[in-house]
Amino acid sequence: MSDTADVTTPQVGTDLVKRGMAEMLKGGVIMDVVTPEQAKIAEDAGAVAVMALERVPADIRAQGGVARMSDPDLVQGIIDAVSIPVMAKARIGHFVEAQVLQSLGVDYVDESEVLTPADYTHHIDKWNFTVPFVCGATNLGEALRRISEGAAMIRSKGEAGTGDVSNATTHMRQIRAEIKALASLPKDELYVAAKELQAPLPLVQEIAATGKLPVVLFTAGGIATPADAAMMMQLGAEGVFVGSGIFKSGNPSERAKAIVKATTFFDDPAVIADVSRGLGDAMVGINVEDEPEPHRLAERGW
Amino acid sequence: MTTVGVLALQGDVREHQAMLEGLGVDVVRVRRLAELNAVDGLVIPGGESTTMDKLLRAFDLRDALVARIAAGLPVLGSCAGMVLLARDLRDGIEGQQTLGAIPMTVRRNAFGRQVDSAEVDLVWEPDGSPMHATFIRAPWVESYDDGVEVLATATGPDGERHPVAVRHGAAIATSFHPEISADARVHALLLSQV
Repeated sequence: MSDTADVTTPQVGTDLVKRGMAEMLKGGVIMDVVTPEQAKIAEDAGAVAVMALERVPADIRAQGGVARMSDPDLVQGIIDAVSIPVMAKARIGHFVEAQVLQSLGVDYVDESEVLTPADYTHHIDKWNFTVPFVCGATNLGEALRRISEGAAMIRSKGEAGTGDVSNATTHMRQIRAEIKALASLPKDELYVAAKELQAPLPLVQEIAATGKLPVVLFTAGGIATPADAAMMMQLGAEGVFVGSGIFKSGNPSERAKAIVKATTFFDDPAVIADVSRGLGDAMVGINVEDEPEPHRLAERGW
Repeated sequence: MTTVGVLALQGDVREHQAMLEGLGVDVVRVRRLAELNAVDGLVIPGGESTTMDKLLRAFDLRDALVARIAAGLPVLGSCAGMVLLARDLRDGIEGQQTLGAIPMTVRRNAFGRQVDSAEVDLVWEPDGSPMHATFIRAPWVESYDDGVEVLATATGPDGERHPVAVRHGAAIATSFHPEISADARVHALLLSQV
């Protein structure tokens, strides 16, 4: 064995390292947690990562008020409690909250519509950070705008805190359909397609050539059961965020384990049936249709 | 025709699959016992080792996998895969099990958190030439028994050099992710043993 130094100094925060981190989460479940105890339950249930936040979306919805980044003590407590990756949410456009989360050592920042936006014009310039970002999207144009700002992972928005999966379904179908449509276009029609998607042409050309996003696509928003998670995976999600659905249910630990298994065996109804037995009550939930439009979180971000 | 499996419980399965297919072998995704029994070699991908460990046990794959590896099944594990191939583990979670394929102790997340994840140029000892390697919340080999061959080393945050690629018999483990690079040498080494 030769005694050689590394040829160059290590490069942190590269595209490959940021996007690669999300590749490693594929096929997994990322769970919202509000305490170190919940984080341990999630880790023990097989979560690939936890999302640290002050209140789950269902409580943000019920309690109202401005929802912000969590207290650093809470984020730190969760980082100290588990060894799996820890994500945390910053408000849309709030680059200082993101700076704080990076300094705490979180592994991924979610620039999230679940919190109250801090900027109604600009999202965070995510290229400026070493920590990678995940952002929500309801359609392909929105996903590509976030990627052009430096997002290294995309998730469907769904309608967080409802336990109603219908919007996540809509967003996953929408993104998939728009990617398919792009891939079928002749090259000379991509210029107008980019204009209509309000997305940069090189990204649009890349999607048309590869037939997929250049970053990992997860689903989020309203997933409450193993079957919900499996349906999103069958619709093309590469992994699942579960927010209120676990710790607002009757038996969080068993439900969390079941959703993990159903995400891996998303195409095997016998496994999904088996893991869905006897889980107790799912979160009660609210129908998105009953939620007045100004209170719909998916419409935040643009 | 050689068939190589990629353990597909969780992680970057697609990247390993693409790399292997590029080298001209048939690839199957392994989630069930029958699928495991049909492969001539196996890759354990990058991902979350604690999740894969739980799923291996929940779906009764673990004991069969341990037995096949003991019987000489060629295996390659990257990152989480290295953790799973270890005999002993540091910084695992309570109750976390490994497969014991390589007589080594692996320290999980040894290189740090995601903000410490990095691209590094190292030397691939089998041919003595540079290899560009991507480390993501990567483990390293803390110690190993005689008979374990070190294929590459890298400098940790402690300033010391640690083994980051090793081979023992037909088992290969890397701290980094050759599957997200364009460099097929690690996978080619696996196939040379299949």
